[in-house]
Amino acid sequence: MLSCKHIMTMDDLTPDDIIAILDTADSFKEVNERRIKKLPTLRGRTIVNLFLEPSTRTRTSFEIAAKRLSADGINFAASASATVKGESLRDTAATLSAMACDLVVVRHKYAGAPQMLAECMDAHIVNGGDGIHQHPTQALLDLFTMREKLGRLEGLTVGIVGDICHSRVAGSLVPALRKVGARPIIIGPPTLMPARPDIMGADVAYSLDEVLPQLDVAYMLRVQFERAARMPFPSNREYARFYGMNATRLASARPEMIVMHPGPMNRGVEISSEVADSPRSHVLDQVNAGVAVRMAVMYLLLGGADSGAAA
Amino acid sequence: MALLLKGGRVVDPAVGLDAVCDVLIRDGVIVEIGSDLTMAKGETVDCAEKIVLPGLVDAHTHLREPGREDKETIASGTRAAAHGGFTAVCAMANTDPVCDTGSKVRFVVERAEETGVVRVYPIGAVTKGQSGEGLAEIGDMLAEGAVAFSDDGHPVASAGMTRVAMEYLKGFGATLISHAEEESLSGDGVVNEGVVSTRMGLPGQPAAAEEVMVARDIRLAELTGCRLHLAHLSTAGSVALVRAAKERGLSVTCEVTPHHLFLDEDALLSYDTNLKMNPPLRTAEDRAALVEALRDGTVDCIATDHAPHAPHEKELEFELAPFGTTGLETALSLVNTHLVATEKLTWADVARLMAHGPRAALGLPVVTLEAGSVADITIVDPEARVEVTRDWFYSKSRNSAFLGHRLLGKASDVLIGGYFALRNGKVVE
Repeated sequence: MLSCKHIMTMDDLTPDDIIAILDTADSFKEVNERRIKKLPTLRGRTIVNLFLEPSTRTRTSFEIAAKRLSADGINFAASASATVKGESLRDTAATLSAMACDLVVVRHKYAGAPQMLAECMDAHIVNGGDGIHQHPTQALLDLFTMREKLGRLEGLTVGIVGDICHSRVAGSLVPALRKVGARPIIIGPPTLMPARPDIMGADVAYSLDEVLPQLDVAYMLRVQFERAARMPFPSNREYARFYGMNATRLASARPEMIVMHPGPMNRGVEISSEVADSPRSHVLDQVNAGVAVRMAVMYLLLGGADSGAAA
Repeated sequence: MALLLKGGRVVDPAVGLDAVCDVLIRDGVIVEIGSDLTMAKGETVDCAEKIVLPGLVDAHTHLREPGREDKETIASGTRAAAHGGFTAVCAMANTDPVCDTGSKVRFVVERAEETGVVRVYPIGAVTKGQSGEGLAEIGDMLAEGAVAFSDDGHPVASAGMTRVAMEYLKGFGATLISHAEEESLSGDGVVNEGVVSTRMGLPGQPAAAEEVMVARDIRLAELTGCRLHLAHLSTAGSVALVRAAKERGLSVTCEVTPHHLFLDEDALLSYDTNLKMNPPLRTAEDRAALVEALRDGTVDCIATDHAPHAPHEKELEFELAPFGTTGLETALSLVNTHLVATEKLTWADVARLMAHGPRAALGLPVVTLEAGSVADITIVDPEARVEVTRDWFYSKSRNSAFLGHRLLGKASDVLIGGYFALRNGKVVE
């Protein structure tokens, strides 16, 4: 069981909650390796994927997680939703509430949407990414992957490289790392830093090469061209030269350092194809962990062992 | 008709008055102020334990008529003003259509005469349609009753256009009211850029977006000799610029709002859209600097920037909701609760900042508490308890940043030309 009703930001979770989720995900990961990847645990529970911003990867991951736990998963996507017809988020929430769903996963273009839903419905809310704010299940699956590959979380130094200010992934990963005793360093040009990096709880570096030898994990963020009003750096070429992970840079890092990326990758910008396809890159392991971690989140929020058959 | 305000504490720094005494009004004009006044025939109002002030004026009100009568009308907005203790409001020009010609000014004047309960002074647009391009018919508007000019809601982006407007206004002795925001810096920002924008994942606007424009407009006022009034200043840097301008002897005035005085960005962690305003709520340090600037005379007036919005617009995602909070009905109570009751300001300061300051800044008719002055008077019950609930408002809109606050003191009576607009806390129809 978790200490919280919703997972809207990393602030909702205690360090014990995080460990509980990761441990539960460990057992679900084993299920995902079986031939019959299905448990009856959440039979009869309704989980709505309210995705009001285009997303394939995250939505699919949540959808698979719900199905593997035998929950009734419903997709309420932007293209099909009433919101494009002008229905407000509050009315959508009230509508879903009237249909008595148990858990809503929300992905939204604007920050604070999960809080708005939590105010007007009884269901558990899981933030599937809100604006440039937070994306807590991504941070959880990243912790899962780091723990799996490196055997621990405490004491790790994790460099998060790139577009910090437009990244909801960084918004959740930095506090998540702090909660488990790891040391986040955010790395990028000042134009891609948030207004007050100091309050995020991370160290700040403008030079990747300077801090690279300290890193246990190089976490490469996607440059979000679509969010930046003005290009905050001169060219992709220059960005790749200073902040991209390539074979040369990888060779100068610690031999045990792993490379991660939340996807989708801009190959040739923040990560070279050579690195992306190398054994030190764990991008697909992250995707794999995503299903198990989201199963764990659903299972623990919806009552854990009380909700029916145990995992 | 005669009216005797009996036994109130009568405060007007403009005539050096702060004493318990009586005010005798006849035919809409104050005829005598003194002790133990009597009259042969008329009505006596017991003002014991109350504060009698020259009528308060709000220099910055959005009445929304014409165009958005669902949010507010001249009728409802002036009732809200009376309820909050104001005897007059200055109606901003960003209506639909924009108030940018003499006939549109006349519409506001006439509607106010027909439906209003307090005085309404229209503010005209600086540029046609507030487009930032091409002077609006400023002389025409002045002739029909406009008192000052502003593209409020947005800045006049071009420095060259602002210069032309200031030079033209100077010829009429009129004031330009600046909404100081450099939009290429504020961008999509919906909150102050800093700790809270970082934590909440919301786009921020830096204090510099305001300060750059304050500096520009002060410099242009110096170049042109035009009277400049800076609306809703929200940062320590802005008031420092005004302080320096005043020390250089420039005719620059400014206002601050109750929400920037009494709230800061830390209130925002709930994503409550009633706390979304432009300029955004700033830091606790900015707030302290604004209070200090009230005390040292840098700030000329407290103005509400009363900005009513419909619930279906405010109940949107934070980034989509419109900017603005209502303010007419909470301003005086907030000032008393947080500044007078805590002895940071005196009632004489309140008269300076809410009655004389706005009139002087915008060149409105002078109102004082002395024989011969028009009887525009605000009477305050400083001990009254106010709980700001949705039922508290005469405004059509409920988007107050102060919902749920418990406040001390409120206007009990408002007199305009000797007639009650507010009596015992209720608007007189």
